[in-house]
Amino acid sequence: MITVFDYFTLTMVAIVAVATITSSNLFVASMWSGIYSLLMACNFFILDAADVALTEAAVGAGVSTVLYMGALSLTDDKEQVSRGRKILPLLAVVALGLILMIVTIEHPRVGDINAPIHQHVAPWYIEKTPEYINIPNLVTAILASFRGFDTMGEVLVIFTAGIGVISVLSFKPKRAASVSGSELGKQIRGLHHHAVLRVVGKLLIPIILLFGLLVQFHGKYSPGGGFSAGALFAAAIMLYGILEGADRSAHAMPQAVMLKLAALGCTIYTGVGFVCMLLGHHFLDYNALWPSNPKLGQYYGILMVEFGVGLTVTAVLIMIFNAIANRATY
Amino acid sequence: MWIEWLAYALLAAGSFFVVVGAIGVLRMPDLYTRMHASSVTEMLGSMLIIIGLMLLTGWTLSTFKLFAIMMFLFFTAPVASYAMANAALLSGVKPQLADELPEEKRP
Repeated sequence: MITVFDYFTLTMVAIVAVATITSSNLFVASMWSGIYSLLMACNFFILDAADVALTEAAVGAGVSTVLYMGALSLTDDKEQVSRGRKILPLLAVVALGLILMIVTIEHPRVGDINAPIHQHVAPWYIEKTPEYINIPNLVTAILASFRGFDTMGEVLVIFTAGIGVISVLSFKPKRAASVSGSELGKQIRGLHHHAVLRVVGKLLIPIILLFGLLVQFHGKYSPGGGFSAGALFAAAIMLYGILEGADRSAHAMPQAVMLKLAALGCTIYTGVGFVCMLLGHHFLDYNALWPSNPKLGQYYGILMVEFGVGLTVTAVLIMIFNAIANRATY
Repeated sequence: MWIEWLAYALLAAGSFFVVVGAIGVLRMPDLYTRMHASSVTEMLGSMLIIIGLMLLTGWTLSTFKLFAIMMFLFFTAPVASYAMANAALLSGVKPQLADELPEEKRP
């Protein structure tokens, strides 16, 4: 039965992908890409990857659609059609597609017990997680403890990406701004016909924040963790920025503070690793944090590391949103 | 036992309204009437299906989660429809009126 849903969502994904690239209005295309992410989230959920599904729904369908909208409000919503078909990109895409298709022939079938993914390290993780770490959510155990070094790299990549976006957006605008960010915010607050939207939207903000806290600190027991929680926190602030004007969200969450918080998140993550080293264990070996009870050490280590991840993701996403939304022209 | 049958009846009714909403979105002439059809799906259809599922799960944590989802939809779905209709009206989409149609196309 679940296979039917799987085929259904995958077919829908293919249809939506074609619709995304064929629509010439960029607003429509960004809405399509949001639907694409939501369908992929359903698909991940069918594949029992609830953590990935949560993150995909929050980041792909929520945050990135808002960022696309913000970017489009700075430019134009019509696609610039280039004259003359370019043959080389088409050939490259077709060749890549063919290669990928040929590769999938050799893939094991979905759910095949003899697939390398089920034979290689997964049994070890399933067997040893209760013994070493003792938390129910294996994904969090692998992500934050067994493969903690990889996750540190991911957090640093997010931090670097945030810095990159900020430095690109901090250039002087090409055109002189017609309206400044605070004037735009005043105009938004003056729109009385959006009262329903603003009242209900503001009702949702605390609920989103509360859910974000649940995802952040309950991530050891249920799906979730720093990445999805960070996206949820940022989504709440973005909702505030959309409803109340981006100048107010930038005032509530100043860029300089967000930059420092993003750096602080990375520092917490790496700092936990260095503390472990100073206590005489390997880098990010949380057993060092509570030598008499290593499981408790793992518990607190994962808690702190996930906190660092959540802090960095939240701060970087809010920083990017505020930078885009407070720019009057490109 | 009868609770189960009630749940199945609610699920069937919910699915029926989802299909009705889908047909309406395909068949209706302009944006506003299409939104009217889709609101049948997103309010009546989803509510009935969620209530049916709540009856099937019984007194568990899942019931509370389904209830939370229902309340969330209850608040957001009408507001989203409102925002869409408002934005359409502001950007100049005119509702299609029956007496503006040519004679042969009138219902």
